[in-house]
Amino acid sequence: MTVQLWTIIIVGISFAIYIGIAIWSRASSTNEFYVAGGGVPPIMNGMATAADWMSAASFISMAGLISFSGYDGSVYLMGWTGGYVLLAFLVAPYLRKFGKFTIPDFIGERYYSQQARIVAVICALFVSFTYIAGQMRGVGIVFSRFLELPVNLGVILGMAIVFIYAVLGGMKGITYTQVAQYVVLIFAFMVPAIFISIMMTGNPIPQLGMGSTLADGTYLLDKLDGLNEELGFAAYTSGSKPMIDVLAITAALMIGTAGLPHVIVRFFTVPKVRDARTSAGWALVFIAILYTTAPSVAVFVRTNLIETVSNKSYADMPLWFSKWEDAELIKYEDKNGDGIIQYVKDPKVNELTIDKDIMVLANPEIARLPAWVIALVAAGGLAAALSTAAGLLLVISSAISHDLLKKAIRPDISEKGELLAARIAAGVAVVFAGLLGIYPPGFVAQVVAFAFGLAAASFFPAIVLGIFDRRMNRQGAVAGMLTGLGFTIVMILLMRSDKLFGTEEPIIKDFMKISAEGIGIIGMFINAAVSLIISRITPPPPDEIQQLVEDIRVPSGAGEAVRH
Amino acid sequence: MSKDPHQYWKKNLQYLAILLVIWFLASFGFGILLAGPLNGIRLGGFKLGFWFAQQGSIYIFVILIFVYVRLMNKLDHKYEVFEE
Repeated sequence: MTVQLWTIIIVGISFAIYIGIAIWSRASSTNEFYVAGGGVPPIMNGMATAADWMSAASFISMAGLISFSGYDGSVYLMGWTGGYVLLAFLVAPYLRKFGKFTIPDFIGERYYSQQARIVAVICALFVSFTYIAGQMRGVGIVFSRFLELPVNLGVILGMAIVFIYAVLGGMKGITYTQVAQYVVLIFAFMVPAIFISIMMTGNPIPQLGMGSTLADGTYLLDKLDGLNEELGFAAYTSGSKPMIDVLAITAALMIGTAGLPHVIVRFFTVPKVRDARTSAGWALVFIAILYTTAPSVAVFVRTNLIETVSNKSYADMPLWFSKWEDAELIKYEDKNGDGIIQYVKDPKVNELTIDKDIMVLANPEIARLPAWVIALVAAGGLAAALSTAAGLLLVISSAISHDLLKKAIRPDISEKGELLAARIAAGVAVVFAGLLGIYPPGFVAQVVAFAFGLAAASFFPAIVLGIFDRRMNRQGAVAGMLTGLGFTIVMILLMRSDKLFGTEEPIIKDFMKISAEGIGIIGMFINAAVSLIISRITPPPPDEIQQLVEDIRVPSGAGEAVRH
Repeated sequence: MSKDPHQYWKKNLQYLAILLVIWFLASFGFGILLAGPLNGIRLGGFKLGFWFAQQGSIYIFVILIFVYVRLMNKLDHKYEVFEE
């Protein structure tokens, strides 16, 4: 059987499962639509959170990114996992006790302010839309590469599937579909990784294979360090970014993760406060399986790649090479006309450019794995993209139907009316997201990474101070969110002005050696500092708000009397 | 035994402070700040600093969350705020 046929079969089966689950788990109330009725068991919620969290970027791009940046890629590994510790410690249990539907709900009530709620809604919408455009694009790329469909048709197919289960099932449908999608994506990621680990090192556990010896007795990582240095790159296990920037990016990603609305809202779906803690732990277990495997895949694929292409004759390249050349994701330019591929650091001599995104998708082909494994990777990439897109759609629809319509514009709307509005908002958002995938505005790729910086600079301090500082008031929080957000946006615009506005050089290169990816952490500190100072020179929050803070700090008992 | 919610909260903050120090050491400490010197030590085929940055820190994060879950479940019982 061909790869294409296998892909149709495996992707087809996975889609049929998603739709089946959607029909079985329709939502019938706003409670079910927004938070799955609050009855999701912690392990299941952990799995759903993992699928929700691991996007097309985690599945398709991350290992490739690490593969090309070696140690510097550690920022993504630590950054995108360490945030769950903060979530479990500082955010999830308290928001579960608070027991409402959305983040703007919390911000709006804790800071007794419609303004604060609206600021939160705008942040949530902005973060979610930039993020979702990337997912839909990922869906389109997988379809076009593996099924040879036009990218746009792929996006439309993906939209149709998400439409069915997000609009019908709301959070309930999304949760159970995400559980299935997690299983598909982790299987699809692990199978080729295990295969390659066995082939290269004889060890079936990729996490150990990475530190094992090759057939010739040298350690894999030592060999790769040597290969990299021979070609003029930095040694794989030591980085080239300034340490302060590595610290800043890691911190910004961690804190951003703990402030992303589509992740936080998952913890509203479990029955109890202690389930929120446990479920953050399970989420990290399920995420860690992929995140500890990805750096191993990165090492395998980099070693394989160098050995396959470096100083080899262009005419002898295998089939996958020309296929990706056709897709313009590999480019070879024979500068010295010798017909041999020179792949080196020095841009004057280097003849090969490889798009980082293809490494995971091409990996099974580079390692000559069977056709069904390649098809499985396609299904996994789709599962990762669709599950994240669905989680984001829910945030968008609840921000509109709940936070804007119910809480701001028409408080007297019936539950049925609100549910209908939520479905319509989800439907419109799917179409809008699809359009962003079909006509990606050039800046999307530039902005996605900064969704984290913005989440770190806006939500995180407002939420954490709202729980841990009883004295924090409306004035402090609003001023903090606006300055933190303002600083981060301005800095990112200045540092990326070349890509965003077409200036020749970025207007400023970095901020004390911290790059645009890490700047959110400075925004976070500014936000916290401003909040603390302003809150201390303005009146304390009203008594009932201080009581609310006392209340969310304990799982039950003492606070019970004032539960809303 | 006290059932004062303020005591409960104080104890919670103590746990958090200790666990967050470990969280910081495992990632920012061993994985970044001290990665250079630690790379002089080897763990099989891994240089230790690199291992912390790409593997070890993640395992420690998982353990930290489950330790916190255990500690808090006990504390919830002790202060009688455990949800049935």
